Amino acid sequence: MDDQTSVILARYPRGHRDCLIPILQDIQDEFGYLSEPSVIEVGRYIDMPTGKIYGLATFYNQFRFEPRGRYHIRLCQGTSCHVTGAAGIVSELEKRLKISSGQTTRDGMFSVELVACMGACHLSPLIQVNENYHTRLKQGDIKEIVDSYLEGDE
Amino acid sequence: MAAKTHIPVEKEYLVNNVLLNESADLPDDVEKFLRYVRRDRVKYPVILVGTGSCGLISGACDTVHEINQYLEEREIKADVTETGCFGFCSMEPLVQVQLPGKARVLFRNVTAEKLPFVLDGMFNSMVPEDMVLGQIRSSSLELWKDVPFIEEFPFFSMQYRNLLKNWGRINPLSIEEYIASGGYRPFVKTIRNYTHEEVCDIVEESGLQGRGGGGFLTGKKWKVAHSVMADQRYLICNADESDPGGFANRAMIESDPHRLLEGILIAAYAVGTSMAYIYIRNDYRIAIGRLEKAIEQAREYGLLGHNIYGSGFNIDIIIRKGAGAFVCGEETAMINSIEGKRGMPRPKPPYPAVSGLFGKPTVVNNVETLSNIPMIFENGPDWFRSIGSETARGTKMLVLSGKVVNQGIIEVPMGTRVRELIYDAGGGIPGKKKFKAVQIGGPSGGFITDGNIDVPYDFESLASEGVYMGSGGMVILDEDCCIIDTVKYFMDFIQKESCGKCIPCREGTRRMLEVYENITKRPVDENGHTTLERFKGVMQLESLAGVIKDTSLCGLGQKAPNPVISSLRYFRSEYEEHIFDRECSAGVCKELRLFYIDVDKCTGCTACAPKCPESAIIGTKRHPFFIVEEKCTGCGICYDVCKFSAIYVK
Repeated sequence: MDDQTSVILARYPRGHRDCLIPILQDIQDEFGYLSEPSVIEVGRYIDMPTGKIYGLATFYNQFRFEPRGRYHIRLCQGTSCHVTGAAGIVSELEKRLKISSGQTTRDGMFSVELVACMGACHLSPLIQVNENYHTRLKQGDIKEIVDSYLEGDE
Repeated sequence: MAAKTHIPVEKEYLVNNVLLNESADLPDDVEKFLRYVRRDRVKYPVILVGTGSCGLISGACDTVHEINQYLEEREIKADVTETGCFGFCSMEPLVQVQLPGKARVLFRNVTAEKLPFVLDGMFNSMVPEDMVLGQIRSSSLELWKDVPFIEEFPFFSMQYRNLLKNWGRINPLSIEEYIASGGYRPFVKTIRNYTHEEVCDIVEESGLQGRGGGGFLTGKKWKVAHSVMADQRYLICNADESDPGGFANRAMIESDPHRLLEGILIAAYAVGTSMAYIYIRNDYRIAIGRLEKAIEQAREYGLLGHNIYGSGFNIDIIIRKGAGAFVCGEETAMINSIEGKRGMPRPKPPYPAVSGLFGKPTVVNNVETLSNIPMIFENGPDWFRSIGSETARGTKMLVLSGKVVNQGIIEVPMGTRVRELIYDAGGGIPGKKKFKAVQIGGPSGGFITDGNIDVPYDFESLASEGVYMGSGGMVILDEDCCIIDTVKYFMDFIQKESCGKCIPCREGTRRMLEVYENITKRPVDENGHTTLERFKGVMQLESLAGVIKDTSLCGLGQKAPNPVISSLRYFRSEYEEHIFDRECSAGVCKELRLFYIDVDKCTGCTACAPKCPESAIIGTKRHPFFIVEEKCTGCGICYDVCKFSAIYVK
């Protein structure tokens, strides 16, 4: 893992502070989250205290500090989705998976992320599971969707 | 594949005959050739599929796959091209078919299953009527009989498609097709003929105002930045569109990335910078990919880099991905974010045009503003001034969504009446429901209701109604939507996204959210304290909104109370209903509802009865249960535990 982090760091030879966010983004793209060792390494590279990097990373919604689940669920929280019933979808999903947004289930199967607007308002409410979209959802559809991924995995 | 059948184009040919040719009309032979590049005339059948984000989510990817398979099986040679979005989201996946010599026809909702039906019909010269949207009028091609023209469709008839000119028509990943459609010529002409000041003057004369919502004259902003003495200046293109319900900028980048690049290049020249940033939302993966490709192509064509076409102008463009913070749409917060800091706004002045990124003069412009620039130089500032209203020139991109029939992105002249936007372009409210309000401008915007629906859509007119234009999102609400719940949603969004730097925004928005939570909460007991708190909160809501508006540091905080003020102005009765009658007539606010059991669905599993904190559910095992209305507090626990959806709400 350290090797991969150093490969990413090598892409930013200047190592200035303005590279910090792109570096963290690359690390997250690579590993799916920001692990403690990688943050420490980034801190050493651009000469910044780890605490400050965490301060920055927790400010932005994008960064995660837990690994993603095998199925990463993104829930659209746009206005259009809201008026068509996204709130019910969120509560149903959180109830089914027993986690709240930003977390990962204990078995590492699912993780949930809320996003502002996916820009598919005509299909609202919708969720994205990895690369698949499930659109025009009703609260009752969630169980079936979650089950279908669990079954597909067995 | 597409490239085999589409006409090959030489880079040198385009550069020498088109880009460097400064006469108004191109020679006939060049024009004739470009017609083929643009697909105005075609040698092989052309099939265009809209593969913007909305198309892909609707299943355009499968459609493309199916088309290729269909053609392969039947050994038909055709040019299959993925274009950007056509702007008509609710009709996605949109497929256009053009046979040689015949006018182009648009088909709606062409999913993979329906595709063979469409192509079978077209290749037998019969247009499948129930899937056709319309044909595109053309003077040189043979028109189809009995097929309506797309401009007969109200969604298209009221639009001015200037910014959207290339949407759905050209391949966004092809710089050749963009140049053939007149692109990059204005830029080359500008850097070879005008000085920096002249460019600023032309843009100021055109009356173009910032489309991010502020409405400041773009030319003026550029002039300020240009007049400050500095060894380096910066241009930032704001593509961090994070408004829920607004995605016009993303669609612009996905459908016509070169138009944005050309706008950035001209703006960079005017400001006198050699470094431009595009700050784009990280979620926009497709848009980022297309933008990267477009930058690479522009570099290949020598439109980016050192001493462009001998003009002495150097420019480089860097893409910076936003890390997902709504506040970074504010220009000073965005600058902090690019510098690698938390995206917190800075106090103004000094304005970024004087001291911005790394302390240098910086111009921040929105995607839509910059996309307007090339056509100002193509057609002249007077042409631009002639469109729109007296106080706002040009056109505006809008996103129609929510409870409306036609959903999608439209472009209309400034000053178009909101009623026309909803009932003509939008096609009205589906399901014979009653129109309640339209929410304009996302979380910083406000509501327009039946009473003032005839207001013209421009900066000043909307502001006089207490609505901030924002980035162009329009969410239409019908009678089934609760205004209180919608405002609560915005407050929840804003208080989560507040960066926390200044107290009015950090604490104030939180308090406002609490007021809304109190109004929509079903009080467990009616005694004194909670009721008093509730009333106190409501009474102070208006003054709290005023304080936040006046004292917040940045635009996010200053505009945060807008939905509150706007809803108090037009929907006071709905507030009263929630506060005094404890009712939500739209049936949205969960805790103000009463629950009932559907005797047909209830299996008598007894899952709900033991969970009810008020013991309001009675019945015997394996027989339908019953909720005692007087005892029910509407907590909703039974609703959540029921596995048979037997519990419903009234």
